[in-house]
Amino acid sequence: MPLSTIFPEFKIIRDKEKCIACQVCVRQCAFEAHIYDPEKDEVYSDDSKCVGCHRCEALCPTDALNIIKYPFDIKDNKNWTPGILNDIYRQAESGAIILTGMGCDKDYPIYWDRILLNASQVTNPSIDPLREPMELRTFIGRKPRYVEVERSQERDTVKVKTQLPPQLRLETPIMFSAMSYGSISFNACQALARAAEEIGTYYNTGEGGLHPDLYKFGANTIVQVASGRFGVHPDYLNAGAAIEIKIGQGAKPGIGGHLPGEKVTEEISRTRMIPTGTDALSPAPHHDIYSIEDLRQLIYALKEATEYKKPVGVKIAAVHNVAAIATGIARAGADFITIDGLRGGTGAAPQVIRDNVGIPIELAIAVVDSRLREEGIREEVSLIAAGGFRKSSDVIKAIALGADAVYIGTAALAAMGCHVCQKCYTGKCNWGIATQDPYLSKRLNPNIAARRLVNLINAWSKELKEMLGGMGINAIESLRGNREHLRGVGLEEWELRLLGIKPAGEGW
Amino acid sequence: MKRIYIHEEYCIGCRLCEIHCIAQHSRSKKLIKAFKEEFPRPLPRLVVEESGYISFALQCRHCEDAPCLSACLTGAMYRDEKTKAVLHDKDKCVGCWMCIMVCPFGVIKRDENNKIVSKCDLCNGEEVPACVANCPNEALEYR
Amino acid sequence: MERFLIIGSGPAAISAIETIRGKGSKVEITLLSEEPYIPYSRPLISYLLAGKIEEERLFYKGRDFYERYGVKAFLEEPAVEVNIREGIVYSTKGRKFTYDKLLIAAGGKPIIPAVEGKELKGVFTFTTLNDAKNIAKYLEVEKAERVLIVGGGLIGLKATEALLEWNLNITLVELADRILSLTLDKKASNILQWRLEKESVKVITSNTVQEIRGQKKVEEVSLRSGEILPCDMLIFAIGVAPSVSFLRESGVEINRGIIVNEKMETNIPNIYAAGDVVEIKNIISGKNQPIAIWPNATEGGKVAGANMLGEDKFYPGTFPMNSVEVCGIPTISMGLTEPEGNDYEVFSKEEGINYRKVILRDNRVVGAVFVGNIERAGIFCGLIKDHLDVSPFKSRLLDDDFGLIYLPREYRKRKIEEAIGL
Repeated sequence: MPLSTIFPEFKIIRDKEKCIACQVCVRQCAFEAHIYDPEKDEVYSDDSKCVGCHRCEALCPTDALNIIKYPFDIKDNKNWTPGILNDIYRQAESGAIILTGMGCDKDYPIYWDRILLNASQVTNPSIDPLREPMELRTFIGRKPRYVEVERSQERDTVKVKTQLPPQLRLETPIMFSAMSYGSISFNACQALARAAEEIGTYYNTGEGGLHPDLYKFGANTIVQVASGRFGVHPDYLNAGAAIEIKIGQGAKPGIGGHLPGEKVTEEISRTRMIPTGTDALSPAPHHDIYSIEDLRQLIYALKEATEYKKPVGVKIAAVHNVAAIATGIARAGADFITIDGLRGGTGAAPQVIRDNVGIPIELAIAVVDSRLREEGIREEVSLIAAGGFRKSSDVIKAIALGADAVYIGTAALAAMGCHVCQKCYTGKCNWGIATQDPYLSKRLNPNIAARRLVNLINAWSKELKEMLGGMGINAIESLRGNREHLRGVGLEEWELRLLGIKPAGEGW
Repeated sequence: MKRIYIHEEYCIGCRLCEIHCIAQHSRSKKLIKAFKEEFPRPLPRLVVEESGYISFALQCRHCEDAPCLSACLTGAMYRDEKTKAVLHDKDKCVGCWMCIMVCPFGVIKRDENNKIVSKCDLCNGEEVPACVANCPNEALEYR
Repeated sequence: MERFLIIGSGPAAISAIETIRGKGSKVEITLLSEEPYIPYSRPLISYLLAGKIEEERLFYKGRDFYERYGVKAFLEEPAVEVNIREGIVYSTKGRKFTYDKLLIAAGGKPIIPAVEGKELKGVFTFTTLNDAKNIAKYLEVEKAERVLIVGGGLIGLKATEALLEWNLNITLVELADRILSLTLDKKASNILQWRLEKESVKVITSNTVQEIRGQKKVEEVSLRSGEILPCDMLIFAIGVAPSVSFLRESGVEINRGIIVNEKMETNIPNIYAAGDVVEIKNIISGKNQPIAIWPNATEGGKVAGANMLGEDKFYPGTFPMNSVEVCGIPTISMGLTEPEGNDYEVFSKEEGINYRKVILRDNRVVGAVFVGNIERAGIFCGLIKDHLDVSPFKSRLLDDDFGLIYLPREYRKRKIEEAIGL
């Protein structure tokens, strides 16, 4: 075998003093990085197999394991870093596109960390969310320009006369973004669905159809229609509370999807309505959508199919011309637009696309919101932001920039145990999330995962209330697009302009 | 009575239950010491069964109508009046293996070093048995 | 107050008493025992004789069992006659005992063949505590060195194993062509015989004692084959037969043992029987027979006790099974072990002294033998009892990791639920 120059990414440090050779690590590693030697009654490790998922470390009963970055010290070089070199080595050996999972991990600016929130002092009172009502409830859907009300004969009672378009009611402005059954395990889907139901929000099926066992969570489900049209049929469309047409996703704008045949199990085949074992190919474009007019046809076809009872939205990746595309979508009749930023995750994407295509979500929200306002159609469509939301402060800043709500994907996976090793595409997720291997997928107990998701969203919601209260605002609605509550630090003038915020230090 | 319930759909076959059971029944009750310094190592009081991707930990069911109680010649096997658990008095056991012969779950083991049997004692007095307390995926439940 | 009378003090009697009192009943319980002792575990006498345990350990229910359970016990006073019309039991001491309900749990009596010289000193049986004590005393006093054990069944082997601890010169004579012929199959018998011979036990098969000779005490025996064996002690370990002689005239229906129904009732109202004294349904053959094993006695006693209180409990029967360890080699056998005919499917596996065999009939387990590795043997006991169709996992039966995981999931679930009374 010719010499391989690929070096390991991680080093497995095993404390021999502590290791009791119980082999928990051996059993837990689907990548076979740990090996038991029965002759010596010892466990040893193969660094080259380690993907850095930290499953073994988490389960080792004696804390004998520590996974660290492999100390590959070439001569200091800002250009030819070890990561760059390893990619070259890998491609020199394989001749293939490098695949990866999760969102872009490169060092592009994260604007959330350069934006600061405001708080009340003296001239306006702040609100204590523990003592006073605080509203996080959010409605997603087209809002009428004005509302006609009818005052009834009896005093003090009013009735809305205007017929309201269908709305999604969120108890907190956070939803679980599209992750298909296929890219993640059934247990993971079930956990998301259960958590959405308990919280009073929504999860998104992704493009993999809806497993029959999850129909019962329909009231908290957004069903997706993507270019592959997997599992799309009238019952599916009517099962959810809303429909999302997926045009693109932040991790791989302009690129289709590919679920390898070996992952198309019996259950997935049934759910996606494709033969077992065949590759599930999502074309890059929708072959029936080449214009806004075509998109309008699909939107209305779906509205017809669901008798105009459900909001129909469109998801796009944040690309250079996002603002213009978004207005087109709004005018095509969408009830909501989902914009997925540069850092949006994926189960599998070419690394080169993931890391080099698209724009940060912060800029995308700001320019889309501004453009919709300029055109006077902001209320005709709700704006959902996605792609790398990490914490409640990211969420509140997104809302102040103009989003109605956000989708979280990676953060939800992390709540379920994901350690962002980016090996989703291998199907060997040791945490039981991005896998269809029944031996691995049962590692995700949906009871535990749902509980953790609920905890995370509850915690974030409490933080949202704290931050709102500090700003003297008692309803999240009042913050939406209220960019006066944001200030930038360390940002260039053009960035401030696009974000529509003032630099820190500048008053009203 | 409080019992251990098995949720095999969530058993991940990690055997942490077994490992902690061994430690719990060691002299030191400490994992590293029990495995590295105490010999002979105590037997785990449970069985982890595995076939393909299915696995589960099985320990004495503390049967309502326990065949081991009927088969025991020595009075070593007894039911605890308070907890209703089926316990085993090692000082009375002579190692006749009658209980092994009749236990339909196969969860009574031969402790060859001591010529007596060994079985789950629900960690005698612990609030939660070690196997349940250390199951990382709630595949074992004590209620 | 209702009066219960119990004949016998073995496990059937004890478990009946425990059941009756366990249910809170305050009935009057009177017990007649042939033993001079409080209840003890007869199978433990071999451990006592071997010096592995103290005498105290035999009294497995505690010294105060009769007091704790409110039993009026008459020791060394077995029943001699039962008058069913008047409801009276006569004892050896001529006393009359009346009852409302009677439980006959008189157990079994060792079989002593009609050979000449069986009354000589140094001839023993090996069933009771006194047997064990007498043997030990004789060995010490008479300095006996050569011991002949007649019968290569369970009792014979238990006696052999115990006496090996005394460093004696032991000969085992068995009528059949192999030891433990009723319990084990040929292969297992061979393994154990090999093991005994390794301990210098002389094993003679297809032979038996014709005459015991000696002046006052046993000095030699002649075998059917004509061989003469000098010996200082002889132990009859041929087996036990239901102890029913005192019932011959009573009207209680008897075959080899007392005939009972599934409620452990005899043909006479208010008279119950359990343990070694009855014929119980062998669920493998479907026929009734005495099955002299401990679990059968306790289970039968439990059911009899409950029914004596007016409950409606059933004992569906059992099957022969045994656990015997010979010189460090444990064996467990159950059901049919050496079946004849074409109706059976046999799986077996052998590795050194570890030997396993499972016998199927119509895809149901009807027997099993384990030598050496006896772990989890009870699973097969459950399979026999439940009459489970094993065809889907037949090929796994002898796997080292065979366990509940190979059983159908539904069955496994139900089994686990049943165990906890769901």
